[in-house]
Amino acid sequence: MTARRDVGDFEAVIGIETHVELQTASKMFCGCPVSFGAEPNTTCCPTCLGLPGALPVPNEQAIEGILRIGAALGCELVPYSEFHRKNYFYPDLPKNYQISQYDLPLCVAGRIEVDVDGETAVVGITRVHMEEDTGKSLHVGEGGRIADADHTLLDFNRSGVPLVEIVSEPDLRTPEQARAYGAELQRIVRALGVSDAKLEEGSMRFDANVSVRRSGTATLGTRSEVKNVNSLRSLQRAVAYEIERQVRLIESGGAVVLETRHWNEDTGVTTAMRSKEESQDYRYFQEPDLVPIEVDDAWRARVAASLPELPATTRARYRALGVDARTASTLGDDPALVALMDDAVAAGADPRLCAIWLTGEVVAYLRREDVALDATPLQGAHLVELASMVGAGDLSATAAKEVLAGVMSGEGGPRGVAEQRDLIQISDAAVIEAAVDAVLADNEDAVAKLRAGDPKPLGFLVGQVMRATGGKADPKLVSTLITARTAG
Amino acid sequence: MPVDIDIAKVARLARLALDEEALARYGEQLGAILEHAERVQALPTEGVPPTSHPLPMRNTFRPDVVRAPLDRDEVLAQAPDVEGPYFRIPPVLGEAPETARE
Amino acid sequence: MSDPADLTVAAAGAALRAGELSAVDLLGAVERRAGVTEAHLHAYLSLDREGSRRSAETADTELASGRDRGPLHGIPMALKDNMCTRGVETTCASRILAGYVPPYDATVVRRLRAAGAVIVGKTNLDEFAMGSSTENSAYGATRNPWSTDRVPGGSSGGSAAVVSAGSAFAALGSDTGGSIRQPASLSGVVGVKPTYGLVSRYGLVAFASSLDQIGPLARTVGDAATVLAAVAGHDPLDATSYRSEVPPFTAALDGGVTGVRIGVVAELLGDAIAEPVRAALRSTVAALEEAGAHVVEVSLPSFDYALSAYYLIAPAEASANLARFDGVRYGLRIAGATTEEMMARTRAEGFGPEVTRRILLGTYALSAGYYDAFYGQAQRVRTLVRCDFAAAYEKVDVLVSPTSPTTAFAVGEKSADPVAMYYSDVCTIPSNLSGDPALSLPVGLDGAGLPIGFQVMAPALGEAVMFRVAAAVEQLVAFTDRPALATSEVVLP
Repeated sequence: MTARRDVGDFEAVIGIETHVELQTASKMFCGCPVSFGAEPNTTCCPTCLGLPGALPVPNEQAIEGILRIGAALGCELVPYSEFHRKNYFYPDLPKNYQISQYDLPLCVAGRIEVDVDGETAVVGITRVHMEEDTGKSLHVGEGGRIADADHTLLDFNRSGVPLVEIVSEPDLRTPEQARAYGAELQRIVRALGVSDAKLEEGSMRFDANVSVRRSGTATLGTRSEVKNVNSLRSLQRAVAYEIERQVRLIESGGAVVLETRHWNEDTGVTTAMRSKEESQDYRYFQEPDLVPIEVDDAWRARVAASLPELPATTRARYRALGVDARTASTLGDDPALVALMDDAVAAGADPRLCAIWLTGEVVAYLRREDVALDATPLQGAHLVELASMVGAGDLSATAAKEVLAGVMSGEGGPRGVAEQRDLIQISDAAVIEAAVDAVLADNEDAVAKLRAGDPKPLGFLVGQVMRATGGKADPKLVSTLITARTAG
Repeated sequence: MPVDIDIAKVARLARLALDEEALARYGEQLGAILEHAERVQALPTEGVPPTSHPLPMRNTFRPDVVRAPLDRDEVLAQAPDVEGPYFRIPPVLGEAPETARE
Repeated sequence: MSDPADLTVAAAGAALRAGELSAVDLLGAVERRAGVTEAHLHAYLSLDREGSRRSAETADTELASGRDRGPLHGIPMALKDNMCTRGVETTCASRILAGYVPPYDATVVRRLRAAGAVIVGKTNLDEFAMGSSTENSAYGATRNPWSTDRVPGGSSGGSAAVVSAGSAFAALGSDTGGSIRQPASLSGVVGVKPTYGLVSRYGLVAFASSLDQIGPLARTVGDAATVLAAVAGHDPLDATSYRSEVPPFTAALDGGVTGVRIGVVAELLGDAIAEPVRAALRSTVAALEEAGAHVVEVSLPSFDYALSAYYLIAPAEASANLARFDGVRYGLRIAGATTEEMMARTRAEGFGPEVTRRILLGTYALSAGYYDAFYGQAQRVRTLVRCDFAAAYEKVDVLVSPTSPTTAFAVGEKSADPVAMYYSDVCTIPSNLSGDPALSLPVGLDGAGLPIGFQVMAPALGEAVMFRVAAAVEQLVAFTDRPALATSEVVLP
């Protein structure tokens, strides 16, 4: 049973809206460059500035990108799709309408699986649609927030950047699932290479819709929409907070209001945003400056063929090889690690060992030395060699890690490093037996206790043998021998 | 019968600051125009698909190629108010609706 | 020699190449004519004296060195002031764009420049192209050269007036519900709305995106075809721009009408059409029949609803297209304590009454709860109109009708009654809804000496047959009258 917050007999219902900035070379409807961090108002043209007379023309690569996202999320790529105008006034929206999609989005009815502590949940994807991003506002004034502003400054560099909106079904039930969903979307988008999906930079953004209902109820409770979630951790915390807030509200006799709430990472609470007198009327109508999109079977086939192995498939593949779920998950996050793993396994190395080394020592090394994997000489063949040395008893588990670090530092191949650092184990049975006999002879009290059934002295005795052999005996073998000699 | 319209609401949606007198005048005029426009409602159109486009075209795209943007000077040249490299406007009262922004 | 300002584009081009006149001479003639007529007409909002002088000089140099850019090389032309001209003020006849200077040229402007045309100035229009008389301009009305107490039509009234008066050889206008053809009809010149998608809209300040088209106004059918050919063709900057090859239409204008099947639109023959206009139609049709055309009457019942549908669709699209005018990035800004207030005040003060009316109407037609009954229903009526046209073109090659129900009306006559004004477009609107091409040419004068227009409509991309029939009409009718005002002689009191 998935651990749940203390929400009594309430159930949370969560849906997530995700926006992904596509990192195409040019913007969605014009040829301006898509660039992060450019000087303000230097990547603008009549179209993305909303100058009179300007017109939009859709970016082919962006359409390809959204179709790939949809396909990767198991969606149907619809045969006929339209752009619509979403009409509202806001200063960072140059035309005071946004070109978006309304009732005929490009992708519908998908699903993905998310893993939380070994439990799999299926999350439906309602739709994936194409739209354009807005400019950025800087509210200048006392508090830095909109409420205290003295005036506002506008930068339209981001206006017109291709934006993909992914809407999930309200299938998520816990904050952990919400986070897992967010993380999986991020992995998929990155694996596709369409966006770097960095939450901290805004190339991926989440809004969470949260409601609660008494367990066993079929109808949905009133939801609130939570915005300003800038990390996966925030997503989880914000959802958790909102669930609790709603439960407490209902339990104290109040009612949840349909509203937008702003998450504050520092204070750890959501606050209601200024409510409007009238809800927005977007007056959607089909965009007359654009023609509809038709996707035929040939196009669908090309999109399907262009997909890389998706993270879920990679993870499943590793689990099938005996790698545990968590390790498989960590491995699957990093394409570079996956490449190395697949090389090693293809050449016959033990998958479990490789997975543990890659997600353990290799990742730790990269972090410590602050380098990328391809900056080290580590090859799949090294892992193969290392695994066989461990299998033959030449290296203990601890020694293998040290050898790995040595290989990554460029000291040579595994056998060379192991010899240089004098890490090769003694696995010659005769040598070890002699050492064991000697230690047992010197420690009759401990031996007696062991014979009597007390397991405590075993570790001490193994340690003595290790010391006698200069740490080079295979501790597993030593332990086995001692146990055998002191049995019965 | 002239159509009755909540003209104040329409003016708010369209961001037009019209005074009471203007609102009343336009409300009346719109009512009269719509009375004529309502003629279309008399036509039976069941099963008739709407036309948004006179053209049968589909799939018009452009390749993902960068085209030189305007110089910032040109971008800001027509702006009523500028601060450094930015457009400057009075404080914004409301939060932006739906679309996620940073 | 007659005043060069009254030459056709074709004749001027011949004179240039024969060395009889220079481009600078042509420009001079046009400027002299404007110098005399503008006080009466107020057709130009701005004149680009320096730019046009430079263009004319360049044209002369190029032509002298053998570099011939084609039939528009060195020809002085005017542009309706809703087309963006780089570095030159573009106001759309609105206060909200007073002083606005675009940083880019519309595609049609680029193509005209590439063709060597000399752009004389920007002409007056109904504000944001919304109107049928050019009385809705924020900078004063334009008058009709045939009678200056009358309107030239609209919204391209300025372009029609300058071509009629000879203060330009040809002009570009825009047509959303008849805004090229109706002023052409009222001002006695030729005006063409091409097939939707034939001419790029990039740089045309949008009124109603699915209806707007740029087209030529000229004094002859041949000139109009020449101008259209120079600006037509696919533009990658306009996603609604027609992709395939433009069917040629400038040649074979003298094909005649033998065997051509002509349909007279029954719905546009009724009492709402003034009798002199109907009479002119009848006699023109008779002449066509005598020349070998097969004439039948054709009924397109949806035409009775086209006006109503248009006055829901066009304002709806306009309400969104004009939302960008908010005082933030360009144009007029009226101060406000908040941006919301600033926007609302700027728009209230910057837009004139007709534009305000249409924005309100359009916003309403799209709003929640009303969309289906108004905008949605209008789009379905639009389909019916297209179906009627398609059925008609199974039986005939072109359709004909009057262009306008009346000849030029008096200034102030209809401006107080929006609905009466809208009715001016009853003959022209259907082809905007269908996207098919249509042309107007003058075929006579009424009792008051005011020009009457005859409309030829053709199927999509049927410009060739449309021009051919129009050219035949032009030859048969031989209408060569010009307004008395079209003179550079200053008449002393």
